[in-house]
Amino acid sequence: MNLHIDDHQEGDVTVLKLSGEIDAYTAPQLKEKLLALVEENPTVHVDLARVSYMDSTGLGVFISALKTSKEKEHALKLINLQENVYRLFNITGLNDVIDIENTVRGELS
Amino acid sequence: MSSLKSDISNYKELLSQYLESRDEAVLYQAEQFSKQTIQQNISPDEIVNEHYQALQELIPNMDETVKDSFQFLIETMISYGLAYQEHQVLREKQIELRSEIGVAANMQETLLKTQIPDYTTIDIGVKSVPAKEMNGDYHHFIRDTQGNLGVAVADVIGKGIPAAFCMSMIKFALESFSDNQIYPEWVLDSLNRVVFRNLEEGMFVTMFYGLYDIYTHQFYYSSAGHEPCFVYRSDSDEFEKIDAKGLLLGVENDVIYEQRQTTITKGDYIVLLTDGVTECRMGDRFLKQQEVLDVIKLYADLPSSDIAENVFKHFERLQDFDLRDDITIIVIKRNE
Repeated sequence: MNLHIDDHQEGDVTVLKLSGEIDAYTAPQLKEKLLALVEENPTVHVDLARVSYMDSTGLGVFISALKTSKEKEHALKLINLQENVYRLFNITGLNDVIDIENTVRGELS
Repeated sequence: MSSLKSDISNYKELLSQYLESRDEAVLYQAEQFSKQTIQQNISPDEIVNEHYQALQELIPNMDETVKDSFQFLIETMISYGLAYQEHQVLREKQIELRSEIGVAANMQETLLKTQIPDYTTIDIGVKSVPAKEMNGDYHHFIRDTQGNLGVAVADVIGKGIPAAFCMSMIKFALESFSDNQIYPEWVLDSLNRVVFRNLEEGMFVTMFYGLYDIYTHQFYYSSAGHEPCFVYRSDSDEFEKIDAKGLLLGVENDVIYEQRQTTITKGDYIVLLTDGVTECRMGDRFLKQQEVLDVIKLYADLPSSDIAENVFKHFERLQDFDLRDDITIIVIKRNE
């Protein structure tokens, strides 16, 4: 399964829309794109509505992005997480250190 | 090149047999011949040349144009020969690399070896299976001066050889903690600082750490972003989730790890897992935690080491089982 990555500007917010699966195969391309965005833009929202699966490699990418955004004093926020993806952030305790929008969605069919 | 010479005469022999008889059996021998030449590193242009020499002897009055065309063909085959040689070199290098990874995997096993402590009151079993050669899971047992059991199960995010180095660091840190300080909240706090200072970016560790008080049968535990673990309660015949709040190791310097405790009564057992267990795919779906627990229950009457072993075998036997991630299962049973 592939990961489709698409970014656009909504006013002051840079939105990165992801769709597909985040795993060891797709994480490198996500990392490259996300780190560049976080480095250059003051506010980045990552829309995970269409991400049906993420493994621990994906967590690594978001932790790196969080680090970069902190250094730059930029804001990074994850939005529209599906339940199983949110679960991973919850278990690892990352929901306390990463800004995650509360509305958790059920799994898309 | 004496073997090549013997092959040449053999080739001419085969060719002449075939031209006389058009026999399929001879064609089969030609196939065998080509396998032999591959083994002996004989390149395609050498074989064409052989064919040409043989033809000259078998057909003395060959047309000059045909002869010239062979010179042309031999030239054409030379780059095939070079590509073939390159292929051979790569194959040898691959074998070399594979053997080096094998050495690394062996070293990892030796370095990270942990002895399962022997108790009469509790029975401990472990099964840890890497998805690839290097294991990204780690487990560790410590026995303190009073005889209590410290148990750690960890999953390093970021696989392969860097993960193995990271685990050695964790192991030596765990072993350096002095004997009277192995309460879980303290262990995870200290490890977190070690990992935060020393780990390269992009690598993180989840760990579940437990201290089993062998005299009071209290189990103290803390979690650094690890999957919940379980206690089977013999009185209710159900699994109870045990989990504590705490961030992955290595993300931030100052983290408070919650410590909880629970009483293990006779017939209860503790199950510690890594998330590889639930990241296994069965066809197009993932294994559910409840299914794993149901299978553990099936074997619950066996000694702990057999439970862990059988649970893994159970899933391995299923069709479409795809081991995507390393798997570790630890079972600790209270006997008396």
